[in-house]
Amino acid sequence: MSAILELRPILELRKVSKRFPGQYAVKEVSLEISRGEFFSLLGPSGCGKTTTLRMIAGFETPTEGEVWLNGSRIDSLPPYRRNVNTVFQSYALFPHLNARRNVEFGLRRKGANEIEARVRKVIEQVRLDGKESRMPSELSGGERQRVALARSLVLEPDVLLLDEPLSALDPQLRKQVRAELKDLQRRSGVAFLFVTHDQEEALSMSDRIAVMNAGAVEQMGSPQELYQRPRTKFVASFLGAMNFVDGIGVRPECTLIGKESLGREGAGRRAMVTRCVFLGAAIQVEAKLEGGEVVIAHVASHQSATETFAEGEPVQIWWDSADELRFA
Amino acid sequence: MKWPVSSGQWPAKTGDRGQRTGASVLAWYALLIYAFLHVPLLILAIFSFNSSKFTVWQGFSLDWYRAAFADRDLIEAAANSLIIAACATVLATMVGTLAAYGLWKRSSNWLAGSMYLSLVTPEIVTGVSLLAFFQWSFRFLHLRLGMHTVILAHVGFSIAYVAVVVMARLRGFDPELEEAALDLGATEWSAFRRVTLPYLMPAIAAAAMLAFTVSIDDYVITSLVAGIDSQTLPMVIYAMARRGVNPALNAVSTVIVVALGAMVMISERLRRRA
Amino acid sequence: MVGFGGRASIRIAFLTPAAVLMLLTLVAPSAIIVAYSFLTHGAYGGVERPFTIENYTRLYDPLYAAILWRSLWIAGVATAVCLALGFPLALFISRSGARKNLYLSLVILPFWTSFLIRTYAWMFLLRDTGLINTALQALHLIRAPLPMLYNDGAVILGLVYGFLPFAVLPMYATLERLDQSLLEAAADLGAKPRDTLFRVMIPLCAPGIRAAAILVFVPCLGTYLTSDLLGGSKTILIGNLIQNQFTASRDWPFGAAASIVLMAVAMILLFAVRRRGEELL
Repeated sequence: MSAILELRPILELRKVSKRFPGQYAVKEVSLEISRGEFFSLLGPSGCGKTTTLRMIAGFETPTEGEVWLNGSRIDSLPPYRRNVNTVFQSYALFPHLNARRNVEFGLRRKGANEIEARVRKVIEQVRLDGKESRMPSELSGGERQRVALARSLVLEPDVLLLDEPLSALDPQLRKQVRAELKDLQRRSGVAFLFVTHDQEEALSMSDRIAVMNAGAVEQMGSPQELYQRPRTKFVASFLGAMNFVDGIGVRPECTLIGKESLGREGAGRRAMVTRCVFLGAAIQVEAKLEGGEVVIAHVASHQSATETFAEGEPVQIWWDSADELRFA
Repeated sequence: MKWPVSSGQWPAKTGDRGQRTGASVLAWYALLIYAFLHVPLLILAIFSFNSSKFTVWQGFSLDWYRAAFADRDLIEAAANSLIIAACATVLATMVGTLAAYGLWKRSSNWLAGSMYLSLVTPEIVTGVSLLAFFQWSFRFLHLRLGMHTVILAHVGFSIAYVAVVVMARLRGFDPELEEAALDLGATEWSAFRRVTLPYLMPAIAAAAMLAFTVSIDDYVITSLVAGIDSQTLPMVIYAMARRGVNPALNAVSTVIVVALGAMVMISERLRRRA
Repeated sequence: MVGFGGRASIRIAFLTPAAVLMLLTLVAPSAIIVAYSFLTHGAYGGVERPFTIENYTRLYDPLYAAILWRSLWIAGVATAVCLALGFPLALFISRSGARKNLYLSLVILPFWTSFLIRTYAWMFLLRDTGLINTALQALHLIRAPLPMLYNDGAVILGLVYGFLPFAVLPMYATLERLDQSLLEAAADLGAKPRDTLFRVMIPLCAPGIRAAAILVFVPCLGTYLTSDLLGGSKTILIGNLIQNQFTASRDWPFGAAASIVLMAVAMILLFAVRRRGEELL
């Protein structure tokens, strides 16, 4: 019996919509998140992902639809009665309390037992020991984020909501923190709902992703599924670069470029090089096809590379028909 | 009490009924406080039109207004007050604006500190200090207390008010605009006059109105340094109030409140034109 | 480097008029008052030597000490009431969205329209034949008029009425700058609205509350008009005492000493309440 209960999703959105005067921010979004899953909501700014997150946290009420957490309906409950916690984009640490008191805050509201022990444990988990007495203004960005995480995780929520938590960090720090976050999620076993506009983040960390655009979910699935079999043009171009030719799409990494006939099956297409951009490990070659479309291909940049390209040179473009993507 | 709901929406459209009642409790409370603040003045105004002297309504009448305007001492005092306020306002606004700008460019702890002190000192202390200082100086200057001492006193305490308003506006001013002017060949004074001053105009106008209202209404300091010859409007009003309630005083009060109220509203509008 | 000398002198030129005026209207008068507080009063008014500290020791007299305590007590109560009444109003205004400016103006407006007249308004309302008593009697709720005027309560009421806007504005300023996400975080972590108010909102508004307290307390401590018009014969406060010495009683040195003591109390409070980094002007 308990095995069946384990299979039930921990968070469910059933056709949730949110309407503001004049527009729909979120249109009939349905999704399910399983226990212990790392789930991302991915999309450009204004797509409704943050609004969706706020409806789960309780800061907005859905205009239509239902939010279910662990088997009970929560969409009419205020935030302090829901077993979800949020890591805010700005971390929202209480500036008048030090790190330890920030982490304690929720436990004290509940009047829980063994507050000290639990707080100590979670501070160790996020590797902030020694820094508990510091005020938020005395902590670095990465440390503040860890306090925010500790503050929420110590309450053992059913789902932890994270609103673009890496966007406030330096780019170099981000990659490291990504790995730490993923690790933390696995160890704690708490389901994470991660909101971001950065597709690399979503692809590298998530078990499953929901791509949102203009208030609706365009596609939901594992990172591989979404990248290799995108169902719409939007999903295809949001999750990495895309070449669109004659209504089909081909990834640049599947696009081959050469000066003579590449000797493959099927004729290549004639094109002219418009630009070469040096990217470091590779050179991005842009070429214009006879029909006017511009395609991108990557060529190795190391010195022993056999071919080099210059603006204006005629080239041949070729791809395997198995790599073609068609969209709805 | 309620926690705020996102996107500035208020009151919340959430399901928790407790929050909605919280919002309306706050609104009712605000209404009560606003009533507390405004009703007494409204009542004063209403009863200024009362034909009877007693606090029982006996019919509409403008008699008290006529009586007030016929009172020569009152009119003379009002004229004095206007002259004093006009002079003090012009001087205080100029000096205060220059001071605010000067402090913005180069801070001077003692000047800023003394202006803060003048704001925070109770009026009675300012008044007696000025009185003592003036009387002491008259040993050498052969002058007496009069309108000039009142004007000087008013300028003194108004400068700080002007400076506060102008400095608030200066905080939003980009110093690079002046530097650009200098780079293009303007002198320091020219840059101030052509670039900074136009930007400050709304605040200067607002500060001037503020200085005017503060000057017109001052009683404590004025009464101490005015001497026997000059009477100002607040001094006359105080004397009337001391003698007891008088509907003519209601009439005078209403006129003043309406006039000053209009000035303050214009001042606030100007100040907000950022 | 030629320009530098010119620049410095222009900047000083801007500050000079104000400096001169502050010297004339603040610094010199303060020096005179301090000097006078150590002199003796002349037979026909004015001051004369010898220098003495008798004016200050005289203030220890129970009569004058009582005046000081009464002033502190009345100012304290008035300040507490202003803060208590003002905070919810400041909260309301900070949440009123588009109508913020309107509501703010409604608070500022009465404040700037003649303190004297606003005090007189309460005379009109509270006296035995005033509106409130007349109305209550007409409704047969009381038989004889209630003595609402000429007592400490009336003075406190007048002070609260006069200085409430002074309390609202600084508290509103800090509330407006409050990061909303902090309040959301508190709710997210399980704090009910009351918890959020007392454990997050009020502590974070402390600077504004402190500023409001000072802005109300100091003028209330030195009040003259309110106690003079609304207070009874027992309600002589420091302000009235000082005024008396400089007019009717003609004991300037004693009045000067009382003024210095009043300023000292105000200064002590100001420094006690200030925190590093908070701007004044």
